[in-house]
Amino acid sequence: MMSDAAKKGWRGLLRYRNFVIGGMLTAWVIVTALLSLVWTPHSATVLAIKSRFQAPNWEHWLGTDHYGRDVLSMIMVGAQNSLVVGIVAVGIGVAIGVGFGLIASARRGWTEELIMRLSDFTFAFPAILSAIMITALLGAGAINSILAIGIFNIPTFARLTRASGNAIWSREFVLAARAAGKGRARITLEHVLPNITSVIVVQATISFAIAILAEAALSYLGLGTQPPDPSWGRMLNDAQTFMFNAPHLAIFPGAAILLSVLGLNLLGDGLRDVLDPRLTRGR
Amino acid sequence: MSLLEVENLTVTLATSSGPARAVRNLSFTLDRGQSLGIVGESGCGKSMTSLALMRLLPENGVVEGRIEMDGESLMALSEEQMCGVRGNRIAMIFQEPMTSLNPLHTIGRQVTEPMILHQGLSLIEARAEAVRLLERVGIAGAARRLDAYPHQMSGGQRQRVMIAMALSCKPDVLIADEPTTALDVTIQGQILDLIADLVEETGMALILISHDLGVIAETVDRVMVMYGGAGVETGPTGAVFEHLAHPYTQGLFAAVPKLGGGRVTGGRTRLATIPGMVPELINLPAGCTFADRCPIVGDGCAGTAPPVEAIADDPDHRVACLRLDEALSGKVFAEAGS
Repeated sequence: MMSDAAKKGWRGLLRYRNFVIGGMLTAWVIVTALLSLVWTPHSATVLAIKSRFQAPNWEHWLGTDHYGRDVLSMIMVGAQNSLVVGIVAVGIGVAIGVGFGLIASARRGWTEELIMRLSDFTFAFPAILSAIMITALLGAGAINSILAIGIFNIPTFARLTRASGNAIWSREFVLAARAAGKGRARITLEHVLPNITSVIVVQATISFAIAILAEAALSYLGLGTQPPDPSWGRMLNDAQTFMFNAPHLAIFPGAAILLSVLGLNLLGDGLRDVLDPRLTRGR
Repeated sequence: MSLLEVENLTVTLATSSGPARAVRNLSFTLDRGQSLGIVGESGCGKSMTSLALMRLLPENGVVEGRIEMDGESLMALSEEQMCGVRGNRIAMIFQEPMTSLNPLHTIGRQVTEPMILHQGLSLIEARAEAVRLLERVGIAGAARRLDAYPHQMSGGQRQRVMIAMALSCKPDVLIADEPTTALDVTIQGQILDLIADLVEETGMALILISHDLGVIAETVDRVMVMYGGAGVETGPTGAVFEHLAHPYTQGLFAAVPKLGGGRVTGGRTRLATIPGMVPELINLPAGCTFADRCPIVGDGCAGTAPPVEAIADDPDHRVACLRLDEALSGKVFAEAGS
């Protein structure tokens, strides 16, 4: 599947515009988060009431908030938070969802029926509503909000895996593998999973973006990351009170969410084009 | 005791519009070194028969009857035990070499896997054996090709790889389901010769499924003609091709294009066809399934299922037709034998 791109090497990848732009935006978010581990222009948590509500200036590039904290530093540290949420939530979804999906497509019959109807059940509630319900049950907080988002990811991946898995199961090389005496477990691991990896990777990238957005929404509602840990969603929540006095407080975290989600979505689309050239629309 | 004994094999597929009887009361036996050709048009149950033997029918398929290998019933085996039979004692070659290999795995991996799985060979032993097998099936530079991926090979080469895979565990029975249909004619001959040579060398039994009478005539000892899920005529290849007893067999032969003047009549060259359509498997007629397409259909045909009877001078050549005498006496289809 990779052969087309692999033949042309890294140079060939530059032809995929979505992949390049998305990859650069995503890399930028990752670098920012890593950099914030060792250096931020100011502390993201120390309050400095005297210098509150500063507009962007040379000292504070993106200004300061109502407690005088440096907005750039908070956004940088908030990037860590968003990445961790994305990685863990998507990790939960992939680990459990793909597992269930593979079982469903290997076993068929009532096992498949049960797993799929359970995912339908989960899908019946809007994502953010189920996340609110889960955080309401488990209590507000960063870890619980990650769990809530992760749980919502499970049926997404279960469905995708089962659907693409079923398509692989009906391929002739799987019949040939069965005729060679391989059991269902072996075929699942050796033939089905490797052939659907690209689909799962693409979905993971897109789910990552959704997870960042969901975390921002939960934090905005006060159910996610709790003070004093900076989070893009909570920065937005704080900012809405001062929307007219200090619009930069809303604009910069909003832009951070926008650019990282946009970057991941473009990366997902780009990866799909790179990994599966057959699906590419005319470019 | 024969190597493979199949008696009253019946396959029923549950479909949304009712049960489809894909194979009905099929019986045959096969000894070591023997080859059986199953011939018939699309949808006559050829492939279902081979999948039933491997117990690889789709979820909605139900098998009845008796399938015994060396006196042991294959129907009684658990799925796990059956995995030990597939690829080991019964191997299969498929129609589409382009899609029968996993595109993500190397040729070497796919050929060695059955040997490692069934015979417990180490990877090194299996690779050495794979090189030998690939050389035997005529792949040049076999040692280098082990690390090639399927997309780097041609259709003919891939079919050779499939044959090498099928032979890797020295099976007792090889089922070849239209092994040459997807290949061009020059390659077809080579692949058929290869299969025939290998059958002779190894002493395994061969079931060759095809709709191509030429392929069948060249390769097998015995022929079974299938129509509407049932065997309508069976016998030694020579006898079947000589007598053409069943009206359907005659129609099948008449429909084969022939080179030269024999087919040109009145200045026009036309292929003979059998009028009508293959019967719906869901709604099979009570009597002979061929009745509504048969040119010599009689009063009893539609009502009574014809018994399978031996032709007078050859007890091994058996036909299911009520009006066998008429069928044998003349050219049922105008074109037959012209």
